[in-house]
Amino acid sequence: MRAARSTVTFYLGLGSIGVFYVGLILAMLAADLFFTTPDHLLGALQTREIQYAIRLSLVSCFVTTLLSLWVAVPLGYLLARTQFPGKAIVDTILDIPIVLPPLVLGLSLLILFQMPPGKWIEHQTTHHMGKMLVLGVFPLFASVVAWLFARRHVPYWAILSGVAVATSLLMVTGTLDRPIHWSQTNFGTGITYAIPSVILAQFSVSAAFAVRTMRVTFDQISPRTEQVALTLGCTRAQAFWLVAIPESWRGLVTAATIAWARALGEFGPILIFSGATRMRTEVLSTTVFLELSVGRLEGAIAVSLLMVIVAVFALLLMRTFGLRGGSV
Amino acid sequence: MIRLDEVSIRAGTFRLEGISLEIPTGSYGVLMGSTGCGKTSVLEAVAGLRRVTAGSILLGDRRSITNLPPGLQGATTGTVLFGDRDVTNLPPGERGIGYVPQDGALFRTMTVRQHLAFALKLRDEPADKIAERVEELADSFRIGHLLNRRPAGLSGGEIQRVALGRALSFRPKYLLLDEPLSAVDETTRDSLIALLNTIRATREVTVLHITHSSAEARELADVRYRLANGRVERERGGHDA
Repeated sequence: MRAARSTVTFYLGLGSIGVFYVGLILAMLAADLFFTTPDHLLGALQTREIQYAIRLSLVSCFVTTLLSLWVAVPLGYLLARTQFPGKAIVDTILDIPIVLPPLVLGLSLLILFQMPPGKWIEHQTTHHMGKMLVLGVFPLFASVVAWLFARRHVPYWAILSGVAVATSLLMVTGTLDRPIHWSQTNFGTGITYAIPSVILAQFSVSAAFAVRTMRVTFDQISPRTEQVALTLGCTRAQAFWLVAIPESWRGLVTAATIAWARALGEFGPILIFSGATRMRTEVLSTTVFLELSVGRLEGAIAVSLLMVIVAVFALLLMRTFGLRGGSV
Repeated sequence: MIRLDEVSIRAGTFRLEGISLEIPTGSYGVLMGSTGCGKTSVLEAVAGLRRVTAGSILLGDRRSITNLPPGLQGATTGTVLFGDRDVTNLPPGERGIGYVPQDGALFRTMTVRQHLAFALKLRDEPADKIAERVEELADSFRIGHLLNRRPAGLSGGEIQRVALGRALSFRPKYLLLDEPLSAVDETTRDSLIALLNTIRATREVTVLHITHSSAEARELADVRYRLANGRVERERGGHDA
């Protein structure tokens, strides 16, 4: 009897501490919800600036997610499957963006683009962005697609994501900044204080989270299946594409969702590296800041609520399709 | 024939040296040893999944003298080594070996049908030939009713049957089995033993089966070896002895 009572007290003790934190989270969300009305929310969403911020957020987060997966899959795989000199150092470096204060990260990016190599890239992208895209990205993209088709087992998602990268590049450079005229390939955007800086700022943090997730994913997949694939006649690359990648799909969904959600919430580095110019480098987190700074609390709350809804949706997506249990 | 000549294997602090064994063409070889003695490392070395630091691994045919090309017919002894391939540094896929790891290691995202067709697709076999072979395998391994299932939910015995079917799908001359009976119940074990005995009876593949169970060795082996204290010893017994 006494033992039973002490068990109940023990769990009640743990539960009451837990309830405090869960309650705090719910209370914050409820406060947001009750502070505004649907009319305010709709009204805020109809302003031109906020619509631009929504569009830029969606597109930049999408591109950031693809870029993050693009580096996270190979890095996660290498860290999980191979031993190489300096692995511990690489592993630590990859954690730097996670622990670095966001403002410092933004400042570091800003300074990087004031150094000679950064300036060169800045110059190239300002004056020859179109040429670089046409001469660099598209032939590369075309050759990758051709290579994939030339091999018999084309992973459909690789082609889809390739097409998505190309399309989003077009969207970012074309629809949001200046339209691409194929005859006039010299349009310029630059990086600092322009849309590419938003993506770069988001990418520098999101990719670190995606790498962590993909590493855990590949750690959890036994290398045995790939070894069997090798004995069945696969090359290393075929074993990777045909066995490891399909088996890692839950991890890919989780990594993509985490990268996307991080990108959406990114603020500090964007503020410093991209500025907070309305209708130019304004993403949703910037909107909250700008609305607050001019005293329009309702606009800020409306956009915050929108981000809460989107974040909860991302969380649900991750819970439904992604890795089970805590991954990062 | 599967032959290991003075093979040394290193895995971390673990080391095996001077491993030699030979399983004649078409024979069923069993390598016994207690858990943790390095049996799996030997199997992985034969499959090409673990680097060998010294010695050589040979796969080949020991053929009767009557089949030899004219230039070699002066030999008078019964059998002559012929067509040996030193595969020590060959990648796994080029060795022509079927491999069944302990847990089966099925591909989680593929159906049983895709498992059986996997190696044939890699070899660009025509679709009708692949379909034919899949049916044939499904029939001989009694997994026809599972063809559209994925590995999740398959029983231990079913997993081993699919893994065996996948390993033999491309008609390899060599088959490596890593404790295929260790994780199944007694009834399944008996039916798998019967299946392995059928494979043995065909004499079409040379098998290297590793296990810690001497009962399995008694029931299946033509040739028996034991790995203990880093050395491989041939044991008496087995169907060929």
